Amino acid sequence: MCAQMYYRGKMFGFVHLYNGQEAVSTGFIKLLKQQDSVVSTYRDHVHALSKGVPARAVMSELFGKTTGCCRGQGGSMHMFSREHNLLGGFAFIGEGIPVATGAAFTSKYKREVLKEADCDHVTLAFFGDGTCNNGQFFECLNMAALWKLPIVFVVENNLWAIGMSHLRATSDPQIYKKGPAFGMPGIHVDGMDVLKVREVAKEAIGRARRGEGPTLVECETYRFRGHSLADPDELRDPAEKAHYAARDPITALKKYLIENSLASEADLKAIDKKIDEVVEDAVEFADESPVPSQSQLLENVFADPKGFGIGPDGRYRCEDPKFTEGTAHV
Amino acid sequence: MSIITRHELLLFEALREGLEEEMERDPRVYVMGEDVGHYGGSYKVTKGLATKFGDLRVLDTPIAENSFTGMGIGAAMTGLRPIVEGMNMGFLLLAFNQISNNCGMLHYTSGGQFTIPIVIRGPGGVGRQLGAEHSQRLESYFQSIPGIQMVACSTPYNAKGLMKAAIRSENPVILFEHVLLYNLKERIPDEDYICNLEEAEMVRPGEHVTILTYSRMRYHVMQAAKTLVNKGYDPEVIDIRSLKPFDLYTIGNSVKKTHRVLIVEECMRTGGIGASLIAAITENFNDYLDAPIMCLSSQDVPTPYAGTLEEWTVVQPAQIVAAVEQLCQ
Repeated sequence: MCAQMYYRGKMFGFVHLYNGQEAVSTGFIKLLKQQDSVVSTYRDHVHALSKGVPARAVMSELFGKTTGCCRGQGGSMHMFSREHNLLGGFAFIGEGIPVATGAAFTSKYKREVLKEADCDHVTLAFFGDGTCNNGQFFECLNMAALWKLPIVFVVENNLWAIGMSHLRATSDPQIYKKGPAFGMPGIHVDGMDVLKVREVAKEAIGRARRGEGPTLVECETYRFRGHSLADPDELRDPAEKAHYAARDPITALKKYLIENSLASEADLKAIDKKIDEVVEDAVEFADESPVPSQSQLLENVFADPKGFGIGPDGRYRCEDPKFTEGTAHV
Repeated sequence: MSIITRHELLLFEALREGLEEEMERDPRVYVMGEDVGHYGGSYKVTKGLATKFGDLRVLDTPIAENSFTGMGIGAAMTGLRPIVEGMNMGFLLLAFNQISNNCGMLHYTSGGQFTIPIVIRGPGGVGRQLGAEHSQRLESYFQSIPGIQMVACSTPYNAKGLMKAAIRSENPVILFEHVLLYNLKERIPDEDYICNLEEAEMVRPGEHVTILTYSRMRYHVMQAAKTLVNKGYDPEVIDIRSLKPFDLYTIGNSVKKTHRVLIVEECMRTGGIGASLIAAITENFNDYLDAPIMCLSSQDVPTPYAGTLEEWTVVQPAQIVAAVEQLCQ
């Protein structure tokens, strides 16, 4: 649906879709409590939905509307939700991992310094194979293990960083092996199988919650579409695409449910129908929602608007009506 | 009128006093950085705090500036109030990604949902032959990041007051200290006080010319002021303190009075704080100017090691006197 809306000119910029990797998001995030935190990347729509951000809020943000989860100020690559502790989509490779490490630090700090004994919040940091060659990845593995922080580093190894194959970028492509090098368990899991992911996630999240420290989990998965909607996706071998398409995590789960008579065809059809309705409703809601007015321009630049400074007349510039009109020269 | 009792201390001790008071006042306030804990800080600003508050509240970090700064931001987003020390401000070039994207813009991109009450502080400026990399003035790089405030302390009094204000601010604040000012001595009030982040400081009222400066250059200006007074000039000296945003009220009133402006800074000329000051003054107070604004800056030169060369990259009092004489012809 996002792709359709993008091509119909409803949303713009860089949009990175998650199709194919759903087993990772669901396998991990559905084990979390509301107070646990999730840090994502620019491929964050489904992480947001999994953590509980309403479809309307996600779609409206993509449409750049005031009803978006970030009032239309963040967009596809910057999905946040304080209520659901989604600490952000981050557009630059690796820059979310330190933020996640900081959130995990807060959890430890609250327990040990602020004496909030029951504080056992866990943070999940999601990122891809490309990120695993970035300094912030290694720096945070070290610090998380050093201070036994309650964090799980979830690598969505979809084998490609835009057009750079993981194998061409990485001397030792087995990412999970880098965990033990930094003093934490490293686990590889089939990222196309939600039940397997869930099993590994349960262990890793449990470890973190018990205060036993971080875990590095490498989920081998695949993105069915290009890097973003602007990526012609010409480099990836059709045979590889077909191989992973045949292991679509949603189809696989459907098959599992029916074979084990955990759900009937009718049940699943009903779910599909309900989801279609949710998506249609989200698009309609987003479409009808208002665009931000100019007065919103200067809001949220500073938490404390005194940050705009003192004007020539001695009053704080933010008291100037031009600020509420969004026309003030900043 | 209550009698103000005072105590004498050095600038780095004043910074520590402000930090300690805020840590006692709010348990969410904590310090992180290289050698801030057991070592007590490269310039001793955090000496003794680790023993008092423990290793988690005075966190010695590995040398990973981008990540530990980002960690501070993540902690700030989730309820803590970190103070990140750059052992030398130049090191924080490594953390530019976190400071620009997350510190500066994340409150905005999140639609105001997350605030980043973080203080990033440390020594900058030209020292005693520290060489090019340890002599940088990062304020000119950081100034164009939206959503960040920047202040520069220059006396024990304002060092403590600005530290406290920065910690209490809900906005991300970068507090610039100076490698050569840490041992300045002053008697400061015993009672609690706090400075206003957005206000400039009137150092010496005067009539003939407005000299705008900050950090260490304030002292070169005041040295020059003595000579100028002997020569019959009456310079008004303002320590702008707030590098972003500028205090356009104090600056403006001074320009309206003296009609002549000299800026003295340690930034390199291109894209320095001085350049922004000229723009702000011209935009707001051009009609009051009787002469073009003069600005004395370091040249666009990597700070040389050799003392004689280094000295020529820093504005000296004699140059300030000459500039005022020219300005006031």
